[in-house]
Amino acid sequence: MALDATQVDQKALFDWLCRMGDNALILGHRTSEWCGHGPVLEEDIALANTALDLIGHTQMWLGLAGEVEGAGRTADNLAYLRDAMQFRNVKLVELPNGDIGQTIMREFLFDAFHFEMLTALVASADARVAEIAAKALKEVAYQFDRSSDLVVRLGDGTAESHDRMQAALEHFWPYTGEMFVADAVDEAMAQAGIAPALSEIESRWDTLVSETLAEATLVCPERRADVHTGGKQGRHTEHLGYILAEMQFLQRAYPGAEW
Amino acid sequence: MSKKEWPLWEIFIRGQHGLNHRHVGSLHAPDAEMAINHARDVYTRRKEGVSIWVVPSSEITASSPSDKGPLFDPAESKVYRHPTFFDIPDEVGHM
Amino acid sequence: MYAQMIKSEKSNETPEELAAFQARIDRGERIEPKEWMPEGYRKTLIRQIGQHAHSEIVGQLPEGNWVTRAPTLERKAILLAKVQDEAGHGLYLYSACETLGVSRDELFEKLHSGAMKYSSIFNYPTLTWADMGAVGWLVDGAAIMNQVPLQRTSYGPYARAMIRICKEESFHQRQGYSVMMKMAQGTEAQKAMAQDALNRFWYPALMMFGPSDAESVHSEQNMAWKIKINSNDELRQRFVNETVPQAHYLGLTVPDENLKFNEETGNWDFSQPDWTEFFEVLKGNGPCNEERLGARRKAWDDGEWFRDGLSAYAEKSAARRAAVAAE
Repeated sequence: MALDATQVDQKALFDWLCRMGDNALILGHRTSEWCGHGPVLEEDIALANTALDLIGHTQMWLGLAGEVEGAGRTADNLAYLRDAMQFRNVKLVELPNGDIGQTIMREFLFDAFHFEMLTALVASADARVAEIAAKALKEVAYQFDRSSDLVVRLGDGTAESHDRMQAALEHFWPYTGEMFVADAVDEAMAQAGIAPALSEIESRWDTLVSETLAEATLVCPERRADVHTGGKQGRHTEHLGYILAEMQFLQRAYPGAEW
Repeated sequence: MSKKEWPLWEIFIRGQHGLNHRHVGSLHAPDAEMAINHARDVYTRRKEGVSIWVVPSSEITASSPSDKGPLFDPAESKVYRHPTFFDIPDEVGHM
Repeated sequence: MYAQMIKSEKSNETPEELAAFQARIDRGERIEPKEWMPEGYRKTLIRQIGQHAHSEIVGQLPEGNWVTRAPTLERKAILLAKVQDEAGHGLYLYSACETLGVSRDELFEKLHSGAMKYSSIFNYPTLTWADMGAVGWLVDGAAIMNQVPLQRTSYGPYARAMIRICKEESFHQRQGYSVMMKMAQGTEAQKAMAQDALNRFWYPALMMFGPSDAESVHSEQNMAWKIKINSNDELRQRFVNETVPQAHYLGLTVPDENLKFNEETGNWDFSQPDWTEFFEVLKGNGPCNEERLGARRKAWDDGEWFRDGLSAYAEKSAARRAAVAAE
């Protein structure tokens, strides 16, 4: 039975909110790298919409994280003034974009998780969390429709597009398990009824992903999905440091300036 | 160059406040479903719409410009279709 | 009155047809896609609208360069939305151009091969965050100056695209100026960045209106056709008159020793940009010509398998639907 949400360890809640916010921040950052370089104008515009949605989610999640922390940090402070070891996103979202097929595949694998997660969070015991989830869910539902549709089309398109999508799937697969490996933070949130148990999300994710992959004529990789974990605890890939070097440059070079 | 260019679609959007679908522009897409997604991303960035129609541009049949006279001029002589044609005395009130 | 100036490009265009066409334009009628038009009008429009469309999508690059380095989440969202709008504007303009009987892929090919041009301003680099302010304020400002009159241009699809673009673009210049205000009111380092950005973008922005009309080859005919509404010099002067007080408000110095308000004409007198530089950049010798065109070519070439994959799926699924329907 859910405990009173106000009884939950605030440090754990802060960490968990950073996970939500950092996933959106880093994936949004990666997606925004496409701006002006998309494979066709319509896709360029669609990718920018996705990135804009994710930046919006970041502002909400990290904004709440700052409130919960109670140390006066804003969403911008959290985004621009933490170092890699304080970031709580999964490794999946920080990997480089690769080609457009990899970008779409990674988005799809994350969207399926994101969609199920937000769907469950709409019923969170913490009203603030439920409110953010309800706002974000509408956008993520569209993102998932779009990315799963593109996975199906490219998987079942030409021989080349099929092979590229299969290769993309193999590439990201060992990173997907991290989304479902629960640690003390996840368990505390589940116990408080703030967030769902990750095992529930995992089984729904499995269904969504395997249905789409089958329609896309793609084959689920045999290997372990949880090879690369640790991002949620602040142990990242080498790639995150470069993202932060770029993203945080102005805030770091001109401390205290207003923009 | 790609083997085949994506076909062109004409996009019609019904705005927030009812009224009819209105032509807003065109875009390229490989099929109708994707044309709808593209239309959502391209033409409703500022909350312009609640419903989208897409039609292949090649399926639009337009009236010929040289027929403009015969098609539209006859309406000019049907002045009795407009309410101002009829004089109603002021005493009758608003009608 | 201008009919005598129209040189027919096709032997079957009679003087009567040309005169009737000009009369329609003089009456303020809009020319629509399927209607008769002189070949020269059609070709000029393809060149002008195509070049305008190319400028929008190449124009994504200098600002896109700072999207991942924007200093706050809000600035990042605003900049991304703005650069995304440029892609949308390119899309509207390509669509308008397509009504003249040229495909978008053909236009891309011509951009990539160098057969068609884009605005030279985008061959200048964006070196600091203040450039996001300067580009929005000066480059979009100059572009808007050009575009507002084009809402009344004679070709229907072009005019309608411009109306939509002007409506959406109204926030672009303001966001640029708002970046500039923050910088100009900020730390010494920020002020220095803002001044430097103005120094670098002032003359390239003045060049955006094109060389003086005296040297412009097509001007007269295009004005008769209402493809061009105002002269280059007229628009440039209007831009200077509007921009100088805005620069003063920011406390920045316009990099022109000869800048002086002329009481007699009510205009700001200013120095001409270096037209030798303009023509050099146009020829391909600007700071970023290769990067810009290279980025566009790469995006297009790398995207080929993606576009073809989606085409193939659309064909397959149409065939599957047809097979089901036939059963």
